[in-house]
Amino acid sequence: MRVLFLMIKENTNGNRTAKWLMIGPPLLFLLIFFVVPSLIMIVTSLRYPGEFGGLAPIITPAGKVSDGYGLTLEAYQFLLSNSLYAEIFLKSFGVAAVTTLICLIMSYPLALLITRSEKRFRNLMVLLVVLPLASNFLVRIYAWMIILGPESPLSHLINTILSVLGVAPLTLLFSPFAVLVGMVYVHLPFMVLPLYTNLEKHDPVLLDAAQDLGATSWQRFWKVTWPLSLPGVFAGSALVFIPVLGMFAIPEMLGGTGDILIGNLIKDQFLGTRDWPFGSALSIILTLAVLSIAGLTAWFTRQSGGMKYAE
Amino acid sequence: MALLEIRNVTRCFGDFTAVNNVNITIETGEFFTLLGPSGCGKTTLLRMIAGFDLPDSGQILLDGINILGIPPEKRPIHTVFQSYALFPHMTVAGNIAFPLKMAGKMPDEIKSRVKESLENVRLTNFADRFPHELSGGQKQRVAFARGLINHPRLLLLDEPLGALDAKLREEMQIELVNLQQEAGVTFVFVTHAQNEALALSHRIAVMNHGNVEQIDQPSKIYSFPRNRFVASFIGKTNMMDVQVLEATSSHLKLIVAGLGEITTPSKEGVQVGDSGTMIIRPEQVQIQPYSKEAEVKDHFRGIVHDYLYVGDVTTYIVELVNGIRIEALLPNSTPGRVKFFEVGDSVLITWRHDASTFLND
Ligand SMILES: Nc1ncnc2c1ncn2[C@@H]1O[C@H](COP(=O)(O)OP(=O)(O)OP(=O)(O)O)[C@@H](O)[C@H]1O
Ligand SMILES: [Mg+2]
Repeated sequence: MRVLFLMIKENTNGNRTAKWLMIGPPLLFLLIFFVVPSLIMIVTSLRYPGEFGGLAPIITPAGKVSDGYGLTLEAYQFLLSNSLYAEIFLKSFGVAAVTTLICLIMSYPLALLITRSEKRFRNLMVLLVVLPLASNFLVRIYAWMIILGPESPLSHLINTILSVLGVAPLTLLFSPFAVLVGMVYVHLPFMVLPLYTNLEKHDPVLLDAAQDLGATSWQRFWKVTWPLSLPGVFAGSALVFIPVLGMFAIPEMLGGTGDILIGNLIKDQFLGTRDWPFGSALSIILTLAVLSIAGLTAWFTRQSGGMKYAE
Repeated sequence: MALLEIRNVTRCFGDFTAVNNVNITIETGEFFTLLGPSGCGKTTLLRMIAGFDLPDSGQILLDGINILGIPPEKRPIHTVFQSYALFPHMTVAGNIAFPLKMAGKMPDEIKSRVKESLENVRLTNFADRFPHELSGGQKQRVAFARGLINHPRLLLLDEPLGALDAKLREEMQIELVNLQQEAGVTFVFVTHAQNEALALSHRIAVMNHGNVEQIDQPSKIYSFPRNRFVASFIGKTNMMDVQVLEATSSHLKLIVAGLGEITTPSKEGVQVGDSGTMIIRPEQVQIQPYSKEAEVKDHFRGIVHDYLYVGDVTTYIVELVNGIRIEALLPNSTPGRVKFFEVGDSVLITWRHDASTFLND
């Protein structure tokens, strides 16, 4: 192993072309699909909106007053001027956090179950977990609209029970509850997979050793399985939290008018209100938030030993 | 009362009998070894003692109490696994403290006992390292310390030295015996290395195909193997097919085809006409240059067929007149001497009657 490593090192040292061939493509990818769009967004966020959407020119056209042209921090000032936007940000983080937690709680037992099933069933079970991803996202959300709709058997059942208890009937659809259901449903596989990948690598003899040394099943989970699975927990959480934060389709389809999240707000700036600079400013704040979360996750993973004992 | 009693324990996997009607009694403070070739059921037996597996029939008693209904975490029995099974996310100190934490000991007590334990296995400076930062021998010592720290009634060791190289293995053997004596804990040690079993154990149970073939002290196992399997599995041995010519209370007279008569100590239940095997260890066979005058009773003429020089001793392979090859061991203790005989030399071999054993088929 070491020899191989040295060989690679030697090779890359001695051969610059090989080195660039190796790290070049990912670097190029990042440049084209992340750095350049980000720069465009930053510039956009610093410009004035155009009269009929789009952007006003940076250079004041001849015969116009300079007001409304050039660069400005107006979009950011606007963002800070109204606490509504901060609230939407906060609410989005809340929804993302709750979704992540629910996904984690639902996925962990499932991932454990798959790990501890017979080998020949495992691949089938993983396939079942990812199978929903094969059908169209919108179709799946529409399915939930039907399941949660006022005429659905589920709604009837719940409202019958509620009426027996003497509680006023509920509408499931177009509520924060429906948004959460949709969020959790769509992102569940992204939590199950990293968890399963991690749990599957655990050496079962460690659990035997823990039991042999006096650990009850509860202690075996919290002292061995859980700490060893933290890298998987962090990876899965990031894979759920980040997309949920920017999600606009689910709140739009399943949520009520009050269930707007950042994703919807941004989308509206580009497609509805047509205030591109403000939409860009919101996007940049969101990107920064996501990046810092990703960084934090990586740091936590390392702290919790993800790197330490990964041999 | 015996500490551990294994009574008529049988364990089958499908039609395959992994452990067959095993009876073993282990006393407090013993270093007891289960010795046998790969697949003979050692691990299966050990797992049943630890509680990870249950016998299909039979009983396992600890201090006279049947423990079969008790789960592994409640049995006062700890195991050292062959792969060490150290917790990778815990430091050396964390690993060693684990059994005490599970037993609900107070933090102060845990701290002082872990410190003491680290000193015992000479790992004080490694307390904060993680398992992947340790050498094989160090990991091994952590595993021993972890198994011993909460004073189990019994420590089970499943080929704990199997992953170490020969030199380290020898060092760890000595360390293991010392640890056992200091801790005063009864050991059940599993190995398929016969020299290790002979060197370490108070008593050995030799297993084969799920059966216990013989339980005895190392010297008895070596000198008086009960059957051909034990004789051939433990050390090197010469075997000859023989037939009983005469059986008295003091000796047996045996006939070897094409060679003549030989005498062995008497043995119960042997009858004239029985066929069986005569065994004699190579180091018991004396070898001398051939001469007419020396060719007296119980001396057999042969030709040196080959020899193997291994430093301290040389093994000569002597082909007797009937074609049987006998190994004779000669120490090279005379300074400057490395070879007493050449291939093709005519020699005489002989052995003391009481060094040989007759085994019924
Ligand atoms: N869970 C099981 N299912 C089926 N067969 C098993 C099982 N466990 C063990 N066996 C079989 O029982 C026999 C004894 O196995 P065991 O592990 O006890 O051998 P061992 O003496 O420890 O061998 P080794 O020295 O190789 O570790 C083997 O043939 C093995 O294939
Ligand atoms: Mg084994």
